[in-house]
Amino acid sequence: MANKLAPHSATPSPNRSEATLIPLTKRLEMYRLLSLTRQAEQRAFDLFLQNQIKGTSHLSLGQEAVAAGAAAAMQPGDLSFCTYRGHAHTLARGVPVEKVLGELMGRDNGLMRGKGGSMHLTSVEHGVMGSYAIIGAHLPIACGAAWRAQYKGHKDVSVCFFGDGTTNIGAFHEALNFAACMKLPVVFVCENNLYMEYTPIADVIPVQYPAADRAAAYGLDRIVIDGNDVDVVYETLSQAYAKARAGHGPSLVECLTYRYSGHSRADPAKYRPAGELEKWKERDPVKAYRKRLGALGVADAKLDAIDAEILKIIDEATQACQAAPPTSTDILFTDVYADGGCAWRN
Amino acid sequence: MAELTYREAVARGIAQEMARDENVVFLGEDVAKAGGVFKATVGLLEQFGPKRVLDTPISEQAILGAAMGAAMTGLRPIAEIMFADFIAVCYDYIANEFPKTRYMTNGQITMPLVVRCGNGGGARFGAQHSQSVENWCMQFPGLKVVAPSSPVDVVGLLAAAVRDPNPVVFLEHKSLYATKGEVPEGEIVDQLGIAKILRPGRDATILALGMMVSRALQAAQTLQSEHGIDCEVIDVRSLVPLDTQCILGSVARTGRVFTVEENPRQLGWGAELVSIIADESFYDLDGPLVRITTPNIPLPAADALEDLAIPSVSRIVDTIRRALSA
Ligand SMILES: Cc1ncc(C[n+]2csc(CCOP(=O)(O)OP(=O)(O)O)c2C)c(N)n1
Ligand SMILES: [Mg+2]
Repeated sequence: MANKLAPHSATPSPNRSEATLIPLTKRLEMYRLLSLTRQAEQRAFDLFLQNQIKGTSHLSLGQEAVAAGAAAAMQPGDLSFCTYRGHAHTLARGVPVEKVLGELMGRDNGLMRGKGGSMHLTSVEHGVMGSYAIIGAHLPIACGAAWRAQYKGHKDVSVCFFGDGTTNIGAFHEALNFAACMKLPVVFVCENNLYMEYTPIADVIPVQYPAADRAAAYGLDRIVIDGNDVDVVYETLSQAYAKARAGHGPSLVECLTYRYSGHSRADPAKYRPAGELEKWKERDPVKAYRKRLGALGVADAKLDAIDAEILKIIDEATQACQAAPPTSTDILFTDVYADGGCAWRN
Repeated sequence: MAELTYREAVARGIAQEMARDENVVFLGEDVAKAGGVFKATVGLLEQFGPKRVLDTPISEQAILGAAMGAAMTGLRPIAEIMFADFIAVCYDYIANEFPKTRYMTNGQITMPLVVRCGNGGGARFGAQHSQSVENWCMQFPGLKVVAPSSPVDVVGLLAAAVRDPNPVVFLEHKSLYATKGEVPEGEIVDQLGIAKILRPGRDATILALGMMVSRALQAAQTLQSEHGIDCEVIDVRSLVPLDTQCILGSVARTGRVFTVEENPRQLGWGAELVSIIADESFYDLDGPLVRITTPNIPLPAADALEDLAIPSVSRIVDTIRRALSA
């Protein structure tokens, strides 16, 4: 199942998926998701620069293949647990662009009407069970959702996304051990983008692969894949989800990828060695997939049309958000408690 | 009517709720096969089986995180954190996750879960196994905090906590586990946010919680018999939600307030209560608001030292007598 690859070798697994049986409709769906997440994140970046989005943001530019492949392999009802770098994962589950941008812009049409913001995108109706901003917190939470599925005999899988830096926090290890002992239907997806905030992960771990090299401690397979190849992500996670659904327990999948922008809005990413970004851009997940689809006989014009259609959706969403009123202030005191209010005393 | 120990009442309350609703599940360290380090969950594994009563690894973050994920998706978990002090190693869930998720998601997520802990001192366990952590928990909007003082309240408040759609921290007092009390037969369901006046009185109001309740009652008896001071004793029971009306009503009758708190003084639960009283009942007061607390020190282990630190009956009596005769 594992497609092993050194992080800096920069070899896109050439042609490996061309011979395999991902149907073309699924591939076009994944191209759509790549295009959507790429263009929506670019729009979020632009709106930040124009100060139309406040606060912070953590973009997935460069990492889109993980979100696209992971979501394309899911079934309706599967649950996503994301981090603060969660826009792409949220969009990939079908949450409307307008709702996401509205949340980022603090508008009344936002996904949570502005009560959560960029780092907490949640859409239960789409299976997006939250975006968590305390490193590692959501790994045990995903275990709990998977425990419910196991207990109730439900067939959904809980999928938990996190970064390379997250592998050094206690909750990561507690969750893996707990999930493995209980054989929970949960899949842990580590997006190794080589950096934590500003420090390279390699500086702070005694092994090469921060997630995969710890897998053996929990009796799990060591799985490292090319996270820039959406087909590889799709295939690997399809197998991991199937294993979980069949009651054979969790998987830990490490996806090697790279983020193009800084860690967050405030970060110009000066700490990166010269040429590193350029080298990774040669393996751009969107361009690489266009190439593969071209080799499979899909005309450029068809892909351009998908891009254009998505751009139109994003433009319309942007305009709708710009026209939407700011969040109404009467929700300041709502939904602290389940009675809908904030009363803590009589 | 049967006499039950406080620890038997814990198991009775959990069993009552598990029998009623198969979405109620229970997890914690050593809680199933061993019946809990305080033997408060004996028999649950036998009655409900290993799918519903789980022995976990020593992973407090996994325990609370798993409880949260399960609660968000349809179960009603009860999670045990063995000693309340250990909340410190999984505080993220108490502080950042449980209480904020509903708000941040604009009401999309509901979190019906209960965290039970052995709270408080008096057992000579030293500074890291004896703390009273009410104030660690009550500062977060979105969380509820309950602390029963008797077996019947354990059953009723535990049932209310399990049925509540919000996250509830349920602080059992570890030095009360062996105490006994009458518990009626049949289903018992209490209500969160209701304080109880255990002894009516005219001269002063004593606000107490957990193990301090029985000491406050004993002190009130001594104050009456030896000094002619008639104290009203209120078992606060629930810090969030807080029964402010009961407390302020009592203050209006007595004009004097004493809190009896097991926590160290700085920012203990009584600080919030006296601030509410000062704000809202200032003109009912006939004298200063007095807090009787453990001093601002870590709790020591040795009998003689711990007994000196935690408010005792005689310290409560002396403090109230002096304050009222000043
Ligand atoms: C417990 C905790 N510690 C520190 C932070 C600050 N912080 C936010 S993101 C981040 C880096 C995380 O790196 P990684 O897991 O690799 O994810 P990436 O941002 O690269 O996707 C840090 C240290 C935090 N949010 N939570
Ligand atoms: Mg990283």
